[in-house]
Amino acid sequence: MKKDFDRRSFMKIAGTSLGIGVLYSAFPAAAAGGETGEMFSFLGKQSGEKVAPFSFVQLSDAHVGFNGPPDPLGTKAFERAVEMINQLPRRPDLVLFTGDLTHDSEDHDVHSQRMKQFMEISKRMNVPVIKHVPGEHDAGLDGGALYRDFLGETYYSFDHRGVHFIGLDNVSRAKPEVGAEQLAWLKNDLSGFHKSAPIVVFTHRPLFDLKPEWEWFTSDGDDVMNALAPYENVTVLYGHIHRDDEHEVGHVHHYAARSLIFAFPDPEKVADKKPNPFDKDHPFKNLGIRLVHEGVGGKPKMNTVTVEDVELTAREFSGINGIQQILKTPNF
Amino acid sequence: MTRPKVLKYAMIPSLFVLVMLAGLSGPSRAHADSPRVVEISAKRFEFTPNQVVLKKGETVILRLTSQDVTHGFFLRPLKIDAIIEPGKPTDVTVTPETAGSFTTICDHFCGVNHGNMKMTIVVE
Repeated sequence: MKKDFDRRSFMKIAGTSLGIGVLYSAFPAAAAGGETGEMFSFLGKQSGEKVAPFSFVQLSDAHVGFNGPPDPLGTKAFERAVEMINQLPRRPDLVLFTGDLTHDSEDHDVHSQRMKQFMEISKRMNVPVIKHVPGEHDAGLDGGALYRDFLGETYYSFDHRGVHFIGLDNVSRAKPEVGAEQLAWLKNDLSGFHKSAPIVVFTHRPLFDLKPEWEWFTSDGDDVMNALAPYENVTVLYGHIHRDDEHEVGHVHHYAARSLIFAFPDPEKVADKKPNPFDKDHPFKNLGIRLVHEGVGGKPKMNTVTVEDVELTAREFSGINGIQQILKTPNF
Repeated sequence: MTRPKVLKYAMIPSLFVLVMLAGLSGPSRAHADSPRVVEISAKRFEFTPNQVVLKKGETVILRLTSQDVTHGFFLRPLKIDAIIEPGKPTDVTVTPETAGSFTTICDHFCGVNHGNMKMTIVVE
């Protein structure tokens, strides 16, 4: 059965950024019935899962092991993110981690220890499924060997409740590219889907030229987007740029998540690529989570896309601003 | 006495060939036709020099070498996307058509400060 439906009805991007990642709700529109509902039901049956609205979180760029300026807090923001995810009123089905889980080290044992620390913190998340793709700091020096030891293949796809998720690796060839082999895999992976299939691509670097002189691009990103072009319901999630960003290329929306270690400034406003300075009174400033709900006010609405960013502050945690709060709080 | 004469006469054709070759590809003519070569050396996490000045419309050869590991050399506006492997000089021929100051980066991940490895190409 192949049916078309309104691509805008696939995913509602309504967001509340809590400083540490992004929570998305996929509203498969099954409840709406009609052709749209039939399409999602069909895809859901294919994956053997019940079709229903669901939420997922995007986390990115924890850089576990990073210990230099500008952020002296190490894994504190990552741990705070885990805590917040566990406190969400509705448990997300998935967490997608879009790379730079760790900070690189030329010492294999040190890097391995950082990966172990990342896994230990991740396991605290009360979420059924956590998926990852590598960043260049995870996989750029060894071609992804250490990453694969811990987390398996660097690119893959899976289905969840009628949505097709595709994790792409644009880092482990050392250059910002996916390469011919992965591109051929992608085309083959997509070949079984109708053009109306809901698809979420998650990767580390942007798949378009966001700021090439800051290495915010993928050299064969156009080839990837051309492969995705026939599909009407594509959302791309990425990290790498340590700031939230929304971009539309053709009918594809690209969303970047904030990082969990330090933020970069708006490249249109500064000449040099330097992290924002650490603010001890607002230690999580510009670090982020984006909560995404279907519709406005919690009620799913068709064809509604709303994004709301709310920055995480330490204030909500204990009523005291800044780094002193973190230092005085036992769990931190 | 005989031997030097033999040598002298034997050298005449060789000298003639050398003169002809010099006439065909003498230094001044070679200088006029060959692009200028600009040498750029890469090592973690810097390029040397960190700025080169090119002239708009002038064809130059950027001769890229690495002193340590594999690096990249990427500049979208000049359509440069090269790999620099240690022990293997890489020549990139460019003819910049637009004046400006362009940030060129290493786009082959080379270590912890890779993100700061860059240089400037100025086109006047």
